[in-house]
Amino acid sequence: MSDSPKKLDLAEVRESLAKAARGSGREYWRSLEHLAATPEFEELLEREFPRQAIGWSEDEDRAQGRRNFLKLMGASLALGGLAACTRQPTEYIMPYIRQPEELVLGKPLFFATATTLNGVAHGVLAESHEGRPTKIEGNPEHPATLGACDSFSQASVLGLYDPDRAATVTQGGEIRSWAAFFDALRSALAEQKLKNGAGLRILTETVTSPTMASQVAAIQKLYPGVKWHQWEPAGPHSARAGAKQAFGQFVNTYYDLSNAQVVVALDSDFLASGPASLRYARQFSMRRRVTDANPQMNRLYVVEPMPTPTGAKADHRLALRAGDIEEFAWALATGLGVAQGPKQGENGDIYKWIGAIARDLQRNKGAGLVIAGEQQPPLVHALAHVMNADMGNVGKTVFYSDPIEANPVDQLASLQDLLNDLNAGAVDVLLILGGNPAFNAPVDFGMASAIPKARLRAHLSLYNDETSALCEWHLPEAHYLESWGDARTFDGTVSIQQPLIEPLYEGRSAIQVLQMLTESPETGGYAVVKGYWAAQHPGADFESWWRLAVHDGVIAGTALPAKTPAIQGAAISQRPASHRLGGKLEAIFRPDPTIYDGRFANNGWLQELPKPITKLTWDNAAIISPATAHRLGVESGDMLRLNYEGNSLNAPAWVQPGHIDGAVTLHLGYGRTRSGRVGNGMGFNPYGLRGSKALWHDTGLEAVKIPGQYVFASTQMDHVLDTRRHIIQSGTLEEYKKNPLSIIEGIETPEPGMTLYPPWKYEGYAWGMAIDLNACTGCSACVTACVAENNIAVVGKDQVRRSRIMHWIRVDTYYNGAINNPDIYNQPVPCMQCENAPCELVCPVQATNHSSEGLNDMVYNRCVGTRYCSNNCPYKVRRFNFYLFSDYETPSLKLLHNPDVTVRSRGVMEKCTYCVQRINYAKIEAEKQGRLVQEGDIQTSCQAACPTEAIVFGNLNDPNSRVLKMKAEKRNYGLLADLNTRPRTTYLATLRNPNPEVEG
Amino acid sequence: MPDEPQVVEPPEPKQLIAPGYTFGSVTDQIATVVLTGRTPVFWLACFSVGLALLFLFLYAVALLLAKGVGIWGIRVPVMWGFAITNFVWWIGIGHAGTLISAILLLLNQRWRNSINRFAEAMTLFAVACAGMFPLLHLGRPWLFYWLFPYPNTMNVQPQFRSPLVWDVFAVSTYATVSFLFWFVGLLPDLATLRDRTLNRFARFAYGILAMGWRGSARHWSIYETASLLLAGLATPLVLSVHTVVSFDFTIAIVPGWHSTFFPPYFVAGAIYSGFAMVLALAIPLRAVYGLQGLITDKHLDNSAKVMLATGLIVAYAYILETFTAWYSGNVYEGAAIWNRMTGPYAPAYWMLISCNIILPQALWFKSIRSRPVLLFIWSMIVLTGMWLERYVIIVSSLAQDFLTSSWSIFVPTRWDWATYFGTIGLFLFLFFAFIRLLPMISIFEVRTLLPQAKVEEEVQG
Repeated sequence: MSDSPKKLDLAEVRESLAKAARGSGREYWRSLEHLAATPEFEELLEREFPRQAIGWSEDEDRAQGRRNFLKLMGASLALGGLAACTRQPTEYIMPYIRQPEELVLGKPLFFATATTLNGVAHGVLAESHEGRPTKIEGNPEHPATLGACDSFSQASVLGLYDPDRAATVTQGGEIRSWAAFFDALRSALAEQKLKNGAGLRILTETVTSPTMASQVAAIQKLYPGVKWHQWEPAGPHSARAGAKQAFGQFVNTYYDLSNAQVVVALDSDFLASGPASLRYARQFSMRRRVTDANPQMNRLYVVEPMPTPTGAKADHRLALRAGDIEEFAWALATGLGVAQGPKQGENGDIYKWIGAIARDLQRNKGAGLVIAGEQQPPLVHALAHVMNADMGNVGKTVFYSDPIEANPVDQLASLQDLLNDLNAGAVDVLLILGGNPAFNAPVDFGMASAIPKARLRAHLSLYNDETSALCEWHLPEAHYLESWGDARTFDGTVSIQQPLIEPLYEGRSAIQVLQMLTESPETGGYAVVKGYWAAQHPGADFESWWRLAVHDGVIAGTALPAKTPAIQGAAISQRPASHRLGGKLEAIFRPDPTIYDGRFANNGWLQELPKPITKLTWDNAAIISPATAHRLGVESGDMLRLNYEGNSLNAPAWVQPGHIDGAVTLHLGYGRTRSGRVGNGMGFNPYGLRGSKALWHDTGLEAVKIPGQYVFASTQMDHVLDTRRHIIQSGTLEEYKKNPLSIIEGIETPEPGMTLYPPWKYEGYAWGMAIDLNACTGCSACVTACVAENNIAVVGKDQVRRSRIMHWIRVDTYYNGAINNPDIYNQPVPCMQCENAPCELVCPVQATNHSSEGLNDMVYNRCVGTRYCSNNCPYKVRRFNFYLFSDYETPSLKLLHNPDVTVRSRGVMEKCTYCVQRINYAKIEAEKQGRLVQEGDIQTSCQAACPTEAIVFGNLNDPNSRVLKMKAEKRNYGLLADLNTRPRTTYLATLRNPNPEVEG
Repeated sequence: MPDEPQVVEPPEPKQLIAPGYTFGSVTDQIATVVLTGRTPVFWLACFSVGLALLFLFLYAVALLLAKGVGIWGIRVPVMWGFAITNFVWWIGIGHAGTLISAILLLLNQRWRNSINRFAEAMTLFAVACAGMFPLLHLGRPWLFYWLFPYPNTMNVQPQFRSPLVWDVFAVSTYATVSFLFWFVGLLPDLATLRDRTLNRFARFAYGILAMGWRGSARHWSIYETASLLLAGLATPLVLSVHTVVSFDFTIAIVPGWHSTFFPPYFVAGAIYSGFAMVLALAIPLRAVYGLQGLITDKHLDNSAKVMLATGLIVAYAYILETFTAWYSGNVYEGAAIWNRMTGPYAPAYWMLISCNIILPQALWFKSIRSRPVLLFIWSMIVLTGMWLERYVIIVSSLAQDFLTSSWSIFVPTRWDWATYFGTIGLFLFLFFAFIRLLPMISIFEVRTLLPQAKVEEEVQG
């Protein structure tokens, strides 16, 4: 800097600025011009790098230069503030002062924790990227999940980041602090102390947490008059009552399907719902792994009103009304000789297979199993207990233990008790910890009008929902990924829930809130849980024991011991009630397959997950059979008015093949009014019909057609195979044994080489996938797993209706046979990664190409969106971003994204990649260790979630890979292989094992 | 169309234009349309309709660019809907212009002289409308240039196996050649306008456009060579463009698309719809501007005969398509045709059969061909039919292909319609602007049809 410039005098500038600020608006601008008119400022404005900034150069006095630079920066800031009219928000960059051990940026960590549904734990591993949980996997060491993962758990990460979650404590809608609530609570408690807590009520959902149970016990000691109520709208009420009826005590029942050769499911969807369904599905499918070497298979009879994934897997499925299943169970018990019931009845369907099933069960004593559905009345449970005991199944396929619930009660009576107290004005303080009783309590209870009768009402929940609206205080609940806790699983094994992230908002867990009622109200959740277990496991090794328990996600040896309760004499003395329709219909209430009892209504992933069988999204419906629809004169989408017990509900009809005639299945959980932006106004609310008289099914429903049409968003319109039988190859076990190849007859696979292009030799890896249709239950866990892993956008009902759903893997459902009870087949369809991929040929810009490892890669950046590839894809697995579907805006949802997968923008095509990010991760890790990727290093997301291990992915060049072995099976076939696409994803044909004694 | 002479009778020069015209009156009548200060109400009405629809088009396109192709009814599995239908339809319409100007020129069909100018303009504007759609239908239209092989730092080139890349070349070549042919043909007439206009600005503009045409013998000699060469260039395009467009479908494996007879079928269909459009434009124009003497009933008759002939080729293709579906024994092909005839798109299919095959049989009758009003109605029927044909081929084939699980029915949205009618607006806007600003009939070529010109030729000969 030769021409030593005039030094900038900051003081002068400041003075000018101050002068400017004092003046009026016009003068301000004039004075700014004046200010900027100095040569220094003009230079500053015009040049990107003002002369002073070069002060760092070597030919200048360093200190001087630096000072100049700093001055200049100051001036720039001052001017910047003037030049830009908006103020940038302050942002902080927070580097690690001490980098946590094990944390390598870009490399995820996995922590064991547990989700709960109905209080029962599902052990999971949460994937954490730099401190933010992004994905849930099953915990292989947890007995309930065995490494698989259901949709509810998968979608819980979206629940964590849901922008609609309650963020702050509110009192009458005004924001308050936890301290304010604590003050209010303590003063109310002080009052209660004088009354021994007689006006204190705690309402929770089902609690299996030992810690919470001990907290409640401590509270009960402090306030002897306190009452603890539990209400779970879709809980196993009948199973509890059935155990009491059979054994005279509450007993926990669970099954071991790995020993079961003949299974009879009495309206039980044990493969896809219930606390241990993942484990049952695994065990069940292990006995269906028919190979050329071992052609053995179990046999499943299912009796149910509405087709479920379990019904679709049945070797014999009998459609009966829910109320007739009691008679069926009675008849089966009679057939087995354990009860004296009728052998004939009005409804011949009930009795037509009894003899054959009974003989089959008797042939397999100790290897048979009768499962009563959770929604079936106590008598059916009692009958199942009696049959299992008589067949010698107890201890082999059926196990009993003490209840896993901390305080098993008849929850309906418990809620009724609370209601009476509320109406009597006896409740001063009502703490509702979780749940949404105002929405989901029996309609005749009038919970919404009873709750406001309590003086101090506080509701702890994730969302400010229907119940919160009635409560003075709403307390934001911490998500399970934000809090410490514990819970038992189906066999009593305890899991410690550990948080993955600090609460995003001001949420606190139920344990923390309960702690406020104890003598040490300030103790944190961690201290409470750890303190409880320290008391359970005293000794010097507690720290290491605790660390192991938290690390493993299960506390070894906490499974409740199996016991063999004695059947009471009066167990099955009660005769089945008559369930004549009398010209009316049967109402069947069931938890929704995707949003359950309504708690997941604001979860877009679950709302958009096509429900098994119906493939409905975003809605429930009045599901009826084709014959009933004909009788009512309706088609799918026509509106019905449903009248039952003085209540009525308008709902659209959905005609479901395989549904029993004369009944209407209503899935609970829809019709929310305060669930959040996603769930509000979706579907209609069957809780408005559901009374305490019959929680699950009852006759006496009337349905009449009313004017109006409703538009459903179903992802599959055509389910019939007709001439295209080769889409789903199926056969019976007998046919398979005779000639395995007969199962895949009709598949014409052209010889390799029937293409103009020379074959590619795969030197290194050659990825491939095989899907065993005989194992797949159609539960759709793979779909949610894929959504979570691959940042797949939620598009909303209107877009789903326009067939624009973005799922990379879908589960197709096909029907074959009679419309009133067709065979139902499920088929997961990811990208086939064709060797001769039709999509690659037609892309004009080379945006989709074949990789050297056989993957059909999609280059989002290159895609211009001609959509020709999708037209030419015979499997229609390609998905297109018709709009900007991905959410780039919502701050909390940004945390959700998997950093290893591109978030796709508008106008580009996308599709299944075989989780190429996982492949590359494994390849890098293997390369670092100087080896090849081995079998088991890579699991695609769908594969990892699959409870039945139906999806197998691997290296086709590895002679030991499972996928290669599966592809060598004679049941292996390629979907639409006759098109010479040479799909890399192939299917193993599905088999049925019908009982030859059973006739249609 | 090498077999064209069989269809079209050898023209009798004396019948081509009405008697009584002189060189001067021909020039006067054609040039007056442009040079007059008075604009007919008919023109104003048509131009206004075009302009209004053009604004609708602009609005629809703005919305499309702002929001994405989701505003249309396309979905999985029908990823191409109105946009590609319209593209193929418009390209097809353009074909008549090229056929008239190039092939008929080479075949010395002199009756073409009265209609070639506006037919070429029609081609140009139809191609302009058609060209919009492949761009607009892209998910990211701003990246359309990636379809061109241009040197770039990524060293990525288009994928030459894709018919869409062939389309790019075919259509851009077609547009270029059509424009050149049209413009070169305009030169002498532009000079005429330059010389006759009294408006300084118009003289300046026509002067620039006429590129210094003075009508010297040397000019005429070069002109004749150039137009013959361009005709030679354009002739294969008549066949190739729609052949390449048909490859968009035949190369794919979609049942209902994947067949070998699409190229001739598409070319015939293109000329079919193109002549329908020529009639649809010529009949009102000659009525309004009193050009019955130049565009005579003979022209209309000839055009109708071409329509009849190409319509029969199209009919043959439908029959063959059905036959092949059955004869192949391919379950998908069979189902595709069966669904087309009986499925959700059956109304569209049977309507197109009526419009394209059944009703046009009336053109066998001279009484129909000789009534311009009826011919106009018939040309509209054929245009509708041909649009439906493209729609049915594209949409019904995609909607129901291999896996029944993914079947879904395309329902056009209002923006589909807005874009479609919007391009009709663009077409009308451009065409009526052309009518007003440039001679719609080739002055100098019509003059060669006059008996006076014939005499000279004979003298020379």
